[in-house]
Amino acid sequence: MLNAFKLIVLGLIALVAALAANWGQDLAYQVHAVLIMLVAAGLFISILRKFDDPAPIFDETGYMDGVVRAGVIATGFWGVVGFLVGVVIAFQLAFPVLNFEWAQPYLNFGRLRPLHTSAVIFAFGGNALIMSSFYIVQRTCGARLWGGNLAWFVFWGYQFFIVLAATGYLLGSTQSKEYAEPEWYIDIWLTVVWVAFLLVFLGTLFKRKEKHIYVANWFLLSFIITVAMLHLVNNLSIPVTIWGSKSVQVFSGVQDAMTQWWYGHNAVGFFLTAGFLGMMYYFVPKQAGRPVFSYKLSIIHFWALIFLYIWAGPHHLHYTALPDWASTLGMVFSIILWMPSWGGMINGLMTLQGAWDKLRTDPIIRMMVISLAFYGMSTFEGPMMSIRAVNSLSHYTDWTIGHVHSGALGWNGMITFGALYFLTPKLWGRAQMYSMSAINWHFWLATIGIVLYAASMWVTGIMEGLMWREVDAQGFLVNSFADTVSAKFPMYVVRGLGGVLFLAGALIMVWNMWMTIRGGAKVSAPVGVPAE
Amino acid sequence: METYSFLRELADSWVLLAMVIFYVGAIVWAFRPGSKSVHADIADIPFRNETLPTETPSTNAKPEAL
Repeated sequence: MLNAFKLIVLGLIALVAALAANWGQDLAYQVHAVLIMLVAAGLFISILRKFDDPAPIFDETGYMDGVVRAGVIATGFWGVVGFLVGVVIAFQLAFPVLNFEWAQPYLNFGRLRPLHTSAVIFAFGGNALIMSSFYIVQRTCGARLWGGNLAWFVFWGYQFFIVLAATGYLLGSTQSKEYAEPEWYIDIWLTVVWVAFLLVFLGTLFKRKEKHIYVANWFLLSFIITVAMLHLVNNLSIPVTIWGSKSVQVFSGVQDAMTQWWYGHNAVGFFLTAGFLGMMYYFVPKQAGRPVFSYKLSIIHFWALIFLYIWAGPHHLHYTALPDWASTLGMVFSIILWMPSWGGMINGLMTLQGAWDKLRTDPIIRMMVISLAFYGMSTFEGPMMSIRAVNSLSHYTDWTIGHVHSGALGWNGMITFGALYFLTPKLWGRAQMYSMSAINWHFWLATIGIVLYAASMWVTGIMEGLMWREVDAQGFLVNSFADTVSAKFPMYVVRGLGGVLFLAGALIMVWNMWMTIRGGAKVSAPVGVPAE
Repeated sequence: METYSFLRELADSWVLLAMVIFYVGAIVWAFRPGSKSVHADIADIPFRNETLPTETPSTNAKPEAL
């Protein structure tokens, strides 16, 4: 009965997609219609072939780890893709000739930049969040994932969303909202996948064997729910025609700007912070072998983050048409937010109390500690930059880009690498990673890469801000925009090199994961000398 | 404009009050007497159920009836 229903739905989707491929009014839309048609037809055939098979029986006595394994591989893959595109566009800024004439318009900076941001945030970060949510919620509830194969639908549905978004950017389909570029039909698809994700997560929580819900699940649940709300409100748009990708936003003017940065900042707050804090509250205690420093502090951390973050968005719109009271509100809440952020950082770091020696011997815990250090650093820098006076210097400069990357590469990247090194041996039944010294290499390459990146962006950002505001005795501006561009060249090269180091570290990690999955550990003793 | 003014007034009076009470209440609740042992048990959850669901039942396990 269910199979018959699936066949009808898939058949209709394939038919409509075929019509759309024919009637589509722009290239991105037509390519997507063909992709949707092929996937729907492929699924139709595979369900038809298995039509009379008995319904699968799920073994409730074991965990569902296949989907987590797939998530680990997808995280590593998209990570390398996202970092590589980042390195390419960093060098495109330093050497504009790399915007090759033969590849126009598909591979110019303007189209590759959203590809980079979406690949690292949503493909790398999103896969890391989904797979660790699935892993953590099972272990902390003592229950198998709810919904049978629904978790697999979430995994493949999310990969399909990534493919649609990425190809759309290259072919010029975008609604021009930062971090929310995908057009209307991709937004609808992501909503379907996200609701399925929420159902799997909630269903597992409902059938838990533990009486209480561990704090990591609170953070992960708030991430799933808030991202759903942000996505729905910021993507309220009406397509010009259902046979084309272009859509028009429902909000306009400053309302649209405010909605966009309410979305944008809470994507940072709930996707890149609350979700990754959920990972932190599970993987750091596990790797350190001791419970979290203060469970009470983690509760306060959670509620303070929830109540404060949602108001911080207006600090992206200082000195714009936004009313002063709104941007003051955003600024004040951003500064208050510093305290719970540091409470969380201290809670994570102090979890190592009594186990600090592990920093010498365990490169994985070192990765987690440096990620917390970067979390602390960027959650100090952020509130500072949200102050109106500081923002008048930093806004529109590369300082912002440096800030984002110390958070994204340092905090999100490093905690994800730590989680991948924790999960890969466990999920494939190996004693430990294939090479511990390769983890060390990754640690140092990534750390030096981030330092080069952040330092060069501080220098170029502040220089650029000062050059823009410099006036002579008559009150005329001293520098033209092109003057700042040529002054920034050396820092752009250093930034690109930092990216190369970070990418090299990720490639070593992927090799290490591959060897672990294929064959198990080579080095039996962890590196480092035990304390005498 | 009617709706806007109403919502604006509601937001900075009753809704603000309700949110502050909820927030302060959540923190006070975390410090209630007897929370220490409960929190110690919850903080230990990651170290149970490592490879199989409920391999070592918690001292605080949910009763079967639920």
